[in-house]
Amino acid sequence: MRLPPFQNLLDAHARDVHRFLIATVGSIEADDVYQETWLAALRAYPELTDAANLKGWLFTIAHRKAIDHVRAHSRRATPVAEPADLPEAPAAEGVAAMPDEELWAAVAALPDKQRTAVALRFIADSAYAEIATTMEISEPAARRNVHEGLKRLREERTR
Amino acid sequence: MSKINVNHHRDADEEEMERTLRAALHGDTVAPPSIVDAAEAAGLLDVAYARLDSPVGTLVLASTPQGLARLAYVDEGQEDAVMEEIAGGLSPRMLSAPRRLDEPRRELDEYFAGRRRAFDLTLDLRLLSDFTRRILAATAEIPYGEVSTYKQVATAAGSPRGSRAAGNALGSNPLPIVLPCHRVLHSGGGLGGYTGGLARKRVLLAIEGRPE
Repeated sequence: MRLPPFQNLLDAHARDVHRFLIATVGSIEADDVYQETWLAALRAYPELTDAANLKGWLFTIAHRKAIDHVRAHSRRATPVAEPADLPEAPAAEGVAAMPDEELWAAVAALPDKQRTAVALRFIADSAYAEIATTMEISEPAARRNVHEGLKRLREERTR
Repeated sequence: MSKINVNHHRDADEEEMERTLRAALHGDTVAPPSIVDAAEAAGLLDVAYARLDSPVGTLVLASTPQGLARLAYVDEGQEDAVMEEIAGGLSPRMLSAPRRLDEPRRELDEYFAGRRRAFDLTLDLRLLSDFTRRILAATAEIPYGEVSTYKQVATAAGSPRGSRAAGNALGSNPLPIVLPCHRVLHSGGGLGGYTGGLARKRVLLAIEGRPE
């Protein structure tokens, strides 16, 4: 199997994989999960027997790494400090939140499946069939998750 | 769960939402971090490569953890083919990592500027067959600014009747310039051939003080 240099995949998909992970695990964790995703892909790459859908393959890895991360994260979620003990997040003083940032935050607040489906649809530009494959759900379920997610986001926007 | 609402306003709203979302989510985000260090630490950086602009056009340099393994001439529009050829010969686990090639790039720059007569680089010779290795080892003995012939190189490599084979071996040199196959000419004084084309061979010989 003659494969193109791995760098080609990075050039084509690095930003979208990063965006997908920002949307699914949050911007603070995204960089770590991004590294894990690409290292896993790099490790498996020479054994690939089908280079027809590298994008789908990559986002499937990214999705799995995001799920692993969220699971590990929720296991660790036993509180170590009362919220009041934690330093307050720096207030964005004087700078009004950009509408885009609000939208990112709204996407991040969606339920897991809707969030992933919406991110795959609008960041990876995946077809519903691809979303279904990546998320290991049926195509109607993929469609439903995207639409439910969109509906919630619209409600957020118009509130 | 939810009712499916068949309503035209809803469709228009939804389309607008999709457009907004697509635009927002494709907007500028912080640049993703480089994976080169992590890949190297995990032992997964099989090939690091970099480009170098030179008097003989764009070069691609590729090294493995063992050393510089490939120096390729890139002709206009051939970059993808060159990259695929390198990936096929070495490994597809190949990342752009210019800093990993600082030393060969510096030495080559010095060579092109006429300030370096010999290279002090660690080489990975895995792409050379035994015969090619012997021929190129003999070639590497030709001093800067001097020339030899296919027959002399073949003789020095222990195959006195192998000048044609020597020519073929030199033509498949994976490390031109560094292994100076451009210093090998026809016995009659003709330029012979060159892996990167004769124009490049002339430039290299001129750099070394041998204009035609």
